[in-house]
Amino acid sequence: MAAIKVYGAAYSTAAARVLATLHEKGLDYELVHVDMITGEHKKESYISRNPFGQVPAFEDGDLKLFESRAITRYISQQYADKGTSLEFSDPKKQAVANLWIEVEAHHFDPNAQKLNYELTVKPVILGLETDHSVVAEYEPKFEKVLDVYEERLSQSRYLGGDSFTLADLHHLPTIQYLLGSSAKKLFESRPRVNAWVDDITSRPSWTKVVELRNQAFKSSKKE
Amino acid sequence: MVLKLHGLPMSTSTTRVMICLHEKGLDFELVPVDLFARENKQPLFLAKNPFGQVPVLEDGDLTLFESRAITAYLAEKYKDSRNDLIRHESLNESAMVKVWSEVESHEYDPVVSQIVHQHFVAPMIGKTSDQTVIDENLEKLGKVLDVYETRLSNTKYLAGDFFSLADLHHLPYTFYFMKTPWASILNDRPHVKAWWEDISSRPAFEKVAVGMVFGEK
Repeated sequence: MAAIKVYGAAYSTAAARVLATLHEKGLDYELVHVDMITGEHKKESYISRNPFGQVPAFEDGDLKLFESRAITRYISQQYADKGTSLEFSDPKKQAVANLWIEVEAHHFDPNAQKLNYELTVKPVILGLETDHSVVAEYEPKFEKVLDVYEERLSQSRYLGGDSFTLADLHHLPTIQYLLGSSAKKLFESRPRVNAWVDDITSRPSWTKVVELRNQAFKSSKKE
Repeated sequence: MVLKLHGLPMSTSTTRVMICLHEKGLDFELVPVDLFARENKQPLFLAKNPFGQVPVLEDGDLTLFESRAITAYLAEKYKDSRNDLIRHESLNESAMVKVWSEVESHEYDPVVSQIVHQHFVAPMIGKTSDQTVIDENLEKLGKVLDVYETRLSNTKYLAGDFFSLADLHHLPYTFYFMKTPWASILNDRPHVKAWWEDISSRPAFEKVAVGMVFGEK
């Protein structure tokens, strides 16, 4: 029985963020499925693990956490000597990586998730119509963020610095969904962003998480 | 070499950093950025923060933006002086600081900032405030604060029985929120109210609150 447990579903971007980190670190864990489609994450039995009724929740022995970006940073620090290093030991370098972690959280993801919801979640998962006025509102905002990334990636090999860190990893789940939609063109038209997207999405650890995600989709369709 | 903070004394994100600087007893120079003259969109400023936002911290050759990355940097660099805001000696405690800092970022800030923007900032920039947006967010805020009420009935502060960055990050927007007509949403929840009264009476915050003048004539 693994000491590390993740409560969630691999098709959740936030859960996938944690799974990617565990795979980069080569850590054993148990994924306890939470059926988001039937709203299991809003029920009493789950709320004690995450009082906001969101996925994922996490346990490492008797330490219980939630919020994906707190979990990833805990894993990265607690298991610093295992697998891929996802942080810099130099405090000034890590300060810059933390800055780009905040950029993902406050600039990239809010806009990307609005597009993801209209372009993928609604038509493919919920069977609803895309609201093109929302797409028209958020695409330019998202493009401004990608323009900043294009400039940043001309000065730095990865977003957070000269090697792959959580600052890059945190983007993977939402990027993966956007690559399956018309928003893909927004990455392709920016050469450095495009190269960075190709690089990080082809990491073996991420490929494993995408397999888990696809399996989770298939299983949910059988229900 | 003195720390330089580019920003404004009434800006929530600038004050988030200023509170941290005062908690750590650090000297710094506040360099005003003229947002009304769009100084933040000029090339000289964009070279420091490509998103054209305040604050920006300069510490020698290191330039940082995003207020919560700046507070994390300061709390880490000066972790051995005064209060440890990140609980670096305990992996479990520091993990809880991160959890509740993320809660502030993702559950609290998006909701309370909408209310403050509509109530104070919109009129300042010649727009009418949107009551529908306010009402939606007041309802969301109530639900978030229900979670806080339960949490704070178990611990004195959000991450545990110790003041941390997780509490500090809430100060700026909550200060302005308490000046809106809807402060009862917080005051009606006794543990949240007690927590607010505690953290807002810390000397470091009181120094900064003096400059937080939205809503005053």
